[in-house]
Amino acid sequence: MTLLHGRGYASVNYPTGMNLGGDPSQALIHATTTGGFVVTLSSVDLGQGLKTVVAQCAAETLGIPMENVIIDTADTDTGPHCMGTFASRGTHRVGNAVIMAAREAREVMLQVAADELEVDAGDLETDGTGYVHLKGSPDTKIHVQDVAMAAHFDQGKTISGRGIFLKERSYPVPETGEMDPDSCQAHACTVAEVEVDDETGVVTVLTLHNAYEIGRALNPAMVSQQIEGGAWMGVSHAVFESTEPYYPASRAHGPVDFCEYLMPGPAEIPAQTSVILERPAPNGPFGAKGIGEMTANAPIPAIANAIFDACGVRLTTMPFTPESVLRGLDALRAEGQG
Amino acid sequence: MARVNPIDGEFFKSERTSGFNVIGTTVPRSDALGHVTGRTEFFEDRTFPDLAHVKIHRSAYHHARIDSVDISEASKVPGVLRVITYKDVPANWYTVLRLIGIEPNDEPVLAEDRVLYAGEPIVAVVADSEAAAIEGAARVKVGYTALPAVFDVEEAMSPDAPVIKQAGTNFFVYEGHHARRIRFGDVEEGFAQADRIFEWRYSSAPIEHAPTETTGCVVVPQADGRLIIHTNTQAAFFTLDNTALILDRPFTDLRVKGGTVGGGFGGKVDVMVEPLACIAAALTNRPVKFVYTREEEMQVSSPRAAERIYIKDGVLDDGRIVARKIMLYVDAGAYSRHSPYGTTKAAAHLPGPYTIPNVYADCHCVYTNRTPSSAMRGFGVTIADFAIESQMDRIARALDIDPLRFRLINAYRDGDMKAHRKVASGTALIEVIQRAAALVGHDLPEEYLALSSSTPGEARS
Repeated sequence: MTLLHGRGYASVNYPTGMNLGGDPSQALIHATTTGGFVVTLSSVDLGQGLKTVVAQCAAETLGIPMENVIIDTADTDTGPHCMGTFASRGTHRVGNAVIMAAREAREVMLQVAADELEVDAGDLETDGTGYVHLKGSPDTKIHVQDVAMAAHFDQGKTISGRGIFLKERSYPVPETGEMDPDSCQAHACTVAEVEVDDETGVVTVLTLHNAYEIGRALNPAMVSQQIEGGAWMGVSHAVFESTEPYYPASRAHGPVDFCEYLMPGPAEIPAQTSVILERPAPNGPFGAKGIGEMTANAPIPAIANAIFDACGVRLTTMPFTPESVLRGLDALRAEGQG
Repeated sequence: MARVNPIDGEFFKSERTSGFNVIGTTVPRSDALGHVTGRTEFFEDRTFPDLAHVKIHRSAYHHARIDSVDISEASKVPGVLRVITYKDVPANWYTVLRLIGIEPNDEPVLAEDRVLYAGEPIVAVVADSEAAAIEGAARVKVGYTALPAVFDVEEAMSPDAPVIKQAGTNFFVYEGHHARRIRFGDVEEGFAQADRIFEWRYSSAPIEHAPTETTGCVVVPQADGRLIIHTNTQAAFFTLDNTALILDRPFTDLRVKGGTVGGGFGGKVDVMVEPLACIAAALTNRPVKFVYTREEEMQVSSPRAAERIYIKDGVLDDGRIVARKIMLYVDAGAYSRHSPYGTTKAAAHLPGPYTIPNVYADCHCVYTNRTPSSAMRGFGVTIADFAIESQMDRIARALDIDPLRFRLINAYRDGDMKAHRKVASGTALIEVIQRAAALVGHDLPEEYLALSSSTPGEARS
């Protein structure tokens, strides 16, 4: 038995959004009496952290603390339309809609504050601590809670805002495929290091090194979780998963539970090292691009290329099972003998 | 303390701005504490008095004519409230993408006179208990005449193959074409210019989303006649609109509440459970739960499509790719679902992040007698990337060029025209390759380190 080591590379890009059907999302924002800001959506947080990241967009734009932002979402009676959470569109589309709504609400908030302070709204600024104050005169200030109270009970104003992001539908030209399907592209390069057991055919992914260009890391920890979680799925796709093990020859032998449908456990997760680059997208929320989907992609060919580097077997069918590695090694030996 | 990957600010320095308060900071995820303490409320955590359950009797054949359906024994099972057939579905034929004008409606909610895949739903049974619903579904008797089945995408495309679709072709028709086409430059002329030609085939098998929480919903009839749908859908209005069309009821009759999803990955955008749960709830006037078992999730819910991809490249000895021709086949399974859209997304992605002056692609959305595939993370792109990046590695080795230098030679840059005739902007492929090389100590010569995405490529053929 020999453990063979190899290294493989892959570089990819990935589109943010897919506007073959038009691609809108909306947001509404209103202030409560005491300076909470409710962001109302119908978008679905898949666990990737959409609610958190759009709350950051709202807080940044309004110039208020995160604690003042409440996200109310995923109810079609109360929330305005969202196309859905897919196509790496959530952060980009919903983030943009929230920023637009927050700008409108901020304008009202500053006007109310200006009237309370008896200054010009254009001379006011926020610092994210909860106060609105006069530029160059930090003591002339009013807390957002007092602004909201004044709006509700003295001035008779709603501090609110409406936002929508719409990438208009693109119809592909049937003859040539000319189209404008996305908003921007994120980028990644992955280097995989594997170990191949030439007796069992088992491939172990040892390390993944990644460089990702994502526009803007709105929340760096959530970027890390996307990259590492997605890479886990890529490793799983590469060396474990299929609902039809003998595709396309036989529809039989389909796994029906997690005893038969294998995925990497903690022992099979490679060590990962990643570096983030930021080239802000002009149309992205604070420059962000969507990386929800792409993080599973580059590891797969990087692993395929590393397997070849390790043992000379070129696997062209996913997944890269021990059986396919052993058959490849047998074929190499047969060639050597012939 | 959350682990955070470092941001390398040396790249694109002049384009980055700063001075934010909360953007760029690690704010804890709002759902994290709920998830790790088990307090997050999923749709199945809601309990309702008199909750009824739906289970499905499914096709035993890959392709068959249905001669008879006998529900008499199912109806007699104690606890069974109602047995639902296609006659109870107001607008039985649908396709989820009709919301954006995709035709035809090619899939029945419940099968009528034929089944196109093993596991296709034929009858739904609503019962007091899950056990009674399972028993009722098991007692449905269906008489079949088996028909020839097609399992291979290229066989399905052949003129000799049995036509399995009512529309008359075993492939989705894109405005009169048998495939979504990309035509850019003159690929044959490119091959003629090339020093070397490389052609290989790549393929994949179907892959399951494997969410921790299976697809499901609870529908609760309201006093005013409206239906509240508690669901783990990825797209609330998409589900609402499709469900209302199938129910043939006003859109305002429905209210979708969701937002907590135990794993989506594209597997919860197909609108599979809500329509039947609504019909069952309306017919029985009781809250109804319809949730996939793990076996249904694994074998009946849409997987990631299997794909077959042929790539033929014309390359100059110096490493420039001058022509790329791709024949791509997406195995959509028996019905369209989101596959016509995903196949177009694949076309838009070709020929990968490289500037190639002559590109030709036919991306086929092919129907076969297997579980319909649909959206999954990286839709249209994941398998194509496997093929393209394997191809890049093989050509680099054949030309004896370093694999990263080979990619850098061909990397797309700002201002380049992509094959789908969109001008590239905001590109950064060169920089991620340079940075990854540095991460693993892979030396690149000075001229490759000096390359930049924002500097137009020079003298590319």
